[in-house]
Amino acid sequence: MLRIDNLSAAYGEAQVLREVSLEVAAGEVVTLVGRNGAGKSTLLRCVMGLHPDQRGAVRLDGRDISRLPAYKRARAGLGWVPDDRGAYATLTVTENLTLPPRVGPDPWPLERVYEAFPALYERRDSAATMLSGGEQQMLALARVLRMGARLLLCDEPTEGLSPLLVQQVGDLLREAKKHGVTVLLVEQNLHFATGVADRHYLLAEGRIAEAMENAEVRSRERELLAYLGI
Amino acid sequence: MSGFLQNTFNGLVGGAFYALLALGLAVIFGMLRVVNFAHGAFYMLGAFGAYVLLAEAGVPFWAALVIMPLALGLLGMVLERAVIHRLTRLDPLYNFLLTFGLTLILQDLVKSRYGVQSSPYATPAELSGTVDFGLFDFPTYRVFILGFTVLLCVAVWWVLGRTRIGMVVRAATERPELTRAFGIDVGRWVTPVFGFGIALAGLAGVLAAPMRAVNPLMGADLIIVVFAVVVIGGLGSIFGSVAAGFGIGLVQAWGEAYLSDYPLVSQTVVFVVMAAVLLWRPAGLFGREEAPA
Repeated sequence: MLRIDNLSAAYGEAQVLREVSLEVAAGEVVTLVGRNGAGKSTLLRCVMGLHPDQRGAVRLDGRDISRLPAYKRARAGLGWVPDDRGAYATLTVTENLTLPPRVGPDPWPLERVYEAFPALYERRDSAATMLSGGEQQMLALARVLRMGARLLLCDEPTEGLSPLLVQQVGDLLREAKKHGVTVLLVEQNLHFATGVADRHYLLAEGRIAEAMENAEVRSRERELLAYLGI
Repeated sequence: MSGFLQNTFNGLVGGAFYALLALGLAVIFGMLRVVNFAHGAFYMLGAFGAYVLLAEAGVPFWAALVIMPLALGLLGMVLERAVIHRLTRLDPLYNFLLTFGLTLILQDLVKSRYGVQSSPYATPAELSGTVDFGLFDFPTYRVFILGFTVLLCVAVWWVLGRTRIGMVVRAATERPELTRAFGIDVGRWVTPVFGFGIALAGLAGVLAAPMRAVNPLMGADLIIVVFAVVVIGGLGSIFGSVAAGFGIGLVQAWGEAYLSDYPLVSQTVVFVVMAAVLLWRPAGLFGREEAPA
């Protein structure tokens, strides 16, 4: 579904990604792990078309999208869950949810979103930034589900959440996967990652250092945690 | 008492012009991050256009009130596409300088054709005379301006706050990059929003023609105060710009009435207010600190 070939990206003089190649099959959940500054978020931004200084190819269903502007990539089925949760202060919760157009074959109707997220329904007319951090995270996920995005790009969706909410995020991603949604996930929480993902890439200094299966991550958890500095 | 009420009413009418101009500047700044220095020149063109239409073609006020905003909005869209658009990727200072240059060009074009004297523009017959408010009489035309502007501001507020277009404009204003990532072609909205802001300036100009001196520099005198209004309201804040517009109109009218013995003070009171507001709230009364893109 998603195929990245020799992707390089820089911020001015600083090279952040160096010839990264990876693949995510349809219906897979794949995580990117790595230290802070390894280039994980930049990689997601490159896929989304938000990083101007990039080389290499990004293919979605075999079609090269690396020259497309971000809004066309979204319409091609990419759903962006940004690391800061992307809540608009000047939009209500409902408006935050309905801002993006429907882009996939299976967009969630608003009623279904509110059934799944009663907390959002209760605050539907409030400014989205009035929600708690956890609610904002749910909003960010609910938004891409309502879009019907086929490939979710989630940037640390569990960061700063309570264990209960982390579990909810996990349930959601598993539920989405069950319906054929593909997910590329930036994650530091290895326990969470092995619970939702099929495979993992370890990103180090802008390169793919290792590709790992769940079993391998579990057996090397200590070593990896030490490496990640957590 | 009636004197005070009359001053207050005059302040609100003066504030109506500030509100219309500041509202246009605010939507333009929000969407383009361009401080449109030429806004005063478009206000002047609105008034001058109404004058020329009437004097040379016999087109009445009511028609000018429709024609001039449309024509200037169109001109604004052409200018946005032709020049402003090319500079939006650069430092905002470039577009500030560009629109400053545009101001000088537009002013001098009008000056070279019509000179610098003020041209008279008759109040439309339907709106001549006064309205009796019991304690005082007030010119009908001014009552009209106030009512019309308030209606217009409410309409703009409704469109921005309650429609899909308004939602997109708000989202694109708050976080342009994120909004693109949600499948919205932000660039497509930039030109019409610029045109809309210019149309509001043109409309204010037509409204000003019967009660203010129509001359090439009328916008230059006004725009400095309007910038103060926008800063007080909070750059890019729609509600703030309108509220601050009426507020500053009041402050000015009261200042002129009650500080008339100290002309220097009454002229600078607006900027004193601006300095005080900025010290207290650096982002303006209704502005928010700039969010990350």
